[in-house]
Amino acid sequence: MDGAPRQNRVISDQEAENISRLEELAYEIRVEQVMTSNPYVFTTSQTMREATVTLRQMRISGAPVLHNGDLVGILSIEDVIRCLIEPDLDSPVTKYMTTKLITIRATDLLVDALKMFVNTKLGRLPVIDPNGKLVGIITKGDVTRGLLKALQQETQVEEMRRYRASRIFEDIESDRTSLILRYDIQAHDFTHGGSASSRIKRALIRLGASPQIARRAGIAIYEAEMNLIIHTTKGGVIRVEIEPHQISIDVYDYGPGIADVQKALQPGYSTASEEIRELGFGAGMGLVNIARCTDSMSLDSVVGKGTRLRIKIFLPQQEAMGEGPVPKETVQ
Amino acid sequence: MNLQTIINTLELTPLTNPADFESIQVEKGYTSDLLSCVMAGAPHGSVWVTLQAHGNIVAVAALLELSAIIITEGAMPDPATITKANEEGIILLSTPQPSYWTVGKLWELGIQEN
Repeated sequence: MDGAPRQNRVISDQEAENISRLEELAYEIRVEQVMTSNPYVFTTSQTMREATVTLRQMRISGAPVLHNGDLVGILSIEDVIRCLIEPDLDSPVTKYMTTKLITIRATDLLVDALKMFVNTKLGRLPVIDPNGKLVGIITKGDVTRGLLKALQQETQVEEMRRYRASRIFEDIESDRTSLILRYDIQAHDFTHGGSASSRIKRALIRLGASPQIARRAGIAIYEAEMNLIIHTTKGGVIRVEIEPHQISIDVYDYGPGIADVQKALQPGYSTASEEIRELGFGAGMGLVNIARCTDSMSLDSVVGKGTRLRIKIFLPQQEAMGEGPVPKETVQ
Repeated sequence: MNLQTIINTLELTPLTNPADFESIQVEKGYTSDLLSCVMAGAPHGSVWVTLQAHGNIVAVAALLELSAIIITEGAMPDPATITKANEEGIILLSTPQPSYWTVGKLWELGIQEN
């Protein structure tokens, strides 16, 4: 669309998801979580000879230099090379160390560290606490390892959840197996509006529902959930029964009931108060949306008693939930 | 069109955590302050322009997997709404301009699918 042409390689959706998640993680993880704590340090009284031997033995490419516990410089392999060319190995480390210090705080985000690596071309940054004391060291390798570890953990957790859930019905033998989810919805609880539908949608995805099915169920249940919050006197219940080939949603409450069900089903008809309408509810489209997103719907109501909405979504054969992944060749 | 260009051109203020806006592609848009209309009409991945600023817009955007919400006329969501948006990964952007101006600018940028 705009900007520089992208690489030719086609990036799969999964890869694209991982890339952006990796970027997000850089904004979530702090330097202290991935840095090397208690790193090896030199003191100002040491010679370049000692430092060179240490770097070689420890297999590290640099270390901070402290004077009475305060960070005064950083000695890297480049400094050692300059010293070896002379050669001048009996000089103190203070002669060759870099004193122009660029530090990062332990509480800074990884993205800050990444920006500093790019802007300064440095390979390592001393990490300091709020008092300016050295608490660790961070390298580009630490950042990469930290991000990959976090990403791997997240992916594994979600994959494990999906794997377990997507096979939930597989090994259970019965004439008809189903999973029932129940959510209690409080009247006028706008703060939690949409949380039941979000949770149900996530559950459906984990059970192996296609994104389209999960989206349709999410929209229908959201509208039903908001109806309970907006219109009921004592709240109500959303009960979702999940079977491999259908989702049955039962939404019931204890009043006040709908006086004219036929009218309630008309697009644009709403009994919501002016106050509720100002929040953007009460468009009179809720039940219309529910009907649009589901395969069957029935609405029964008795004034003074309560209302019961029953909806169903049917899944195509190849999109069954909870029975494990379908062999690729059968999905066309 | 990437979200960073939209933010720059319309001078929007992000209210949620910084993200790599350049990597977020937006091709579609929708505007309405009636949540059920948004539910029925806002396409997947679209940017939604509204002057509603209460917590439920986040629930709507999360369910529909919208790319961002532009809250117009300087309406300010409460901190709980912003926290919820961060949790759900919904980007909230603010502008002092009215919805009409905002949609006009998005249209000029080539976001004309809905």
